[in-house]
Amino acid sequence: MKTGDKNLVAEFGRFKISERFIKTIYLFTILILLFFVIPLYTSEYWMRAIIMPTLILGLAGLGLNLLFGYAGQASLGTAAFMAVGAFVAFNLMYRIEWLPLPIAYLGGGVAAGLAGLLFGLPSLRIKGFYLIASTLTAQFLSIWFFTNFGWFYNYNPSLTISATNWVIFGIDFSSPKGRYWIVVFTTTVLTWFAYNIVHSKTGRNWMAVRDMDTAAAVIGVPVVRAKLSVFFVSSFICGIAGILWAFAYLGAIDATGFSLDKSFQLLFIIIIGGLGSIYGSYIGSAFIILTPILLNILTKNTGLDQIIDQAFLSNMQKVLFGALIIFLLIRQPEGVMRIISLWWIRLIKRQKSN
Amino acid sequence: MIFKDRKVGKFFVASISIIATTCAANFVVAADRSDEQLMPILSYREGAYASGSRPLWAGMIDYYRYVNEVEGGINGVKLNLWECETAYAVERGIECYERFKNGIDGSPVAIFSPNSYPLAEALIETTVRDKIPHFNLNYGRDAATNGSVFPYYFPVMLNAYNGVSAQINYIKSQLKAGETMADLKIAIVYLDGAYGRGVFAPLELMQEQNGFELIKIPVAHPGLDQRAQWQQIRRAKVDWVLFRTWGAMTPVAIKTAARTGFPTDRLIGDIWSGGESDVIPAGEAGIGYTAITTYPAGTDFSLIQEIKKNIVDKGLSDLRGPEDFGTVYYNSGVVQAVLMTEAIREGMNKFGNRPLSGEEGQWGLEHISVDQNRLEELGMVGLMQEISLSCSDHEGGGAARMLQWDGQKWLTISDWIAGDRELTRQVVDTEAAAFAADNGITPRDCP
Repeated sequence: MKTGDKNLVAEFGRFKISERFIKTIYLFTILILLFFVIPLYTSEYWMRAIIMPTLILGLAGLGLNLLFGYAGQASLGTAAFMAVGAFVAFNLMYRIEWLPLPIAYLGGGVAAGLAGLLFGLPSLRIKGFYLIASTLTAQFLSIWFFTNFGWFYNYNPSLTISATNWVIFGIDFSSPKGRYWIVVFTTTVLTWFAYNIVHSKTGRNWMAVRDMDTAAAVIGVPVVRAKLSVFFVSSFICGIAGILWAFAYLGAIDATGFSLDKSFQLLFIIIIGGLGSIYGSYIGSAFIILTPILLNILTKNTGLDQIIDQAFLSNMQKVLFGALIIFLLIRQPEGVMRIISLWWIRLIKRQKSN
Repeated sequence: MIFKDRKVGKFFVASISIIATTCAANFVVAADRSDEQLMPILSYREGAYASGSRPLWAGMIDYYRYVNEVEGGINGVKLNLWECETAYAVERGIECYERFKNGIDGSPVAIFSPNSYPLAEALIETTVRDKIPHFNLNYGRDAATNGSVFPYYFPVMLNAYNGVSAQINYIKSQLKAGETMADLKIAIVYLDGAYGRGVFAPLELMQEQNGFELIKIPVAHPGLDQRAQWQQIRRAKVDWVLFRTWGAMTPVAIKTAARTGFPTDRLIGDIWSGGESDVIPAGEAGIGYTAITTYPAGTDFSLIQEIKKNIVDKGLSDLRGPEDFGTVYYNSGVVQAVLMTEAIREGMNKFGNRPLSGEEGQWGLEHISVDQNRLEELGMVGLMQEISLSCSDHEGGGAARMLQWDGQKWLTISDWIAGDRELTRQVVDTEAAAFAADNGITPRDCP
């Protein structure tokens, strides 16, 4: 093995395998699984009930993670920005019929970004818990706004919005597979975008602000611009996630579907997955979505539900879920992603030392 | 073990063993049940809305068990009950729907009951694609009463429009000599959201027709402080108050009304504010409160007695406490289960005595026809109204009875009061036409 090449993990004759190479292989495997294997070779259940919500909530979590995990700006308004995205995209689709679908989605995202910018303004003066209170305003305001101004839901008596357009470049994407592909594609692009932005100068500025904004200002980081830009980018991603959640996944939603509960859920997702980790957002979302289903199927299949009362089981699942979270966070306060990366580092080190 | 860190190793081993157990468990119980009809029960035994709904699941499960144990299934086809916890969250409900829609262990699903309004809304498109009808007892989008635009959406028995119409018709029946509807001031206290505001369109039509004054009083969720609202009602000298409330806001409204001196017997609850859990927390203030219902409380109905004899007394019941038996929501669960099994029975008459598919279940639902004779056979006279559904009419009933709380139990104080179905149908058809236009749906022809 050549000395000095830190990335080199193994060597098979003339083939040299670097750590980066293995990571790329993993990434491609995941992408092939998501883009082709799952929609074409598994049942609709996996696609619609498991992967789709995991990806969308993971994407929304990623948005929040940029804000909270990377830039240190606490927020409880995530669901509000998702709502802005969904409602604006609905109106763009419904009222401007010739507008191509991707533009409508982008429009919803930008509107959410601007809303984020607006509610991010207080962050220039206040921090921590006080900022949470300010973003909480966005949460309550959005529900009030989107239930009281009928124009936004087109005076639908059930106050819900649903997608009216699924055509992109002449191809109809309204089938379950079509919607799934829209979700996977959008998620991949935005994740790639987020990955690049946190590794750019902007991302380093965010982290500088998170670690200590006074120090950041002293060394010449533009604090105001960093804070506002992170609010915009984060809310943009949340807005797009809101659009996907409302139309591609649920099909129809009213403003109460983007309640405070959702904001809390997203906060849990990134805390469990790992603050300041791109992939952690998806891991956290998988954990939040899969664990209850797993516990439910487990109790049914082991026959426990025949012996034990169903109400007790339902509540026990919740207790178990909570205990699992506490256990995880005590063992590894930096989230599941940290556990995985520690494991990875150990594995690689072992290989290298051989 | 390749792990140097025991912590990580343990975590890895734990997750592998969980997955392995799940897979193993799958193999153990995967028996062929293709001769049974799958009956998914989407319950919410946890979460914010769990407390009041407990008797509902018991009523459903007890009747299904009654069909299985006493009648040997529907025409010999046993019901395969599968409970799925939703915690009233739409995404959990969608997971349940996707899990059940292709059947389980070969046993197909004929009718799906979301037991949640937001979930029913989210399923509008999917159910049409999958050809699985969804059955919503006394809730759901009112426009879906029009079955030619909404072929797989069934807001059965009493939609919100006929509910409010029955409330108004009850007020009409209580007019004093010489008094006309035009002399009255009627307020509606409503949950500020789709649920409450949904009834405005038909209510405004009734206002035009009858000339009463209508005052709208919104209550925001969760509605735990309503002093301002009731002060407003007192100042306006309102004669009657209609409720369109849900959950904890109902007892708060009743208590606040009593405190401001509003006569309790002039409060008329709607279908979802007329359960025991709506009045018991109000205590003394609840005595005299009235509400409409399509499933009166009580244990004297002969079907309920049969269930008591064959299920409850034999320890087969899902009841969590004897006090739940015969309550409004327990009986509602029974009524829902009866209608679902009646639809499957109708379907079997056409397609044969075997488990039905979703499409066949939809046919069955559209041919439900429970007349007085059938009600007597079922032992449900007084517990359920005569009801018949069709391709164009997915509601079928449209009448309600009045309940009054005496401090201990609900008394039934009226016969079936019909809603003004012709009037409400106008609103239904307008909304259904708008929905069809927006979503590019060609309404099917209904004979």
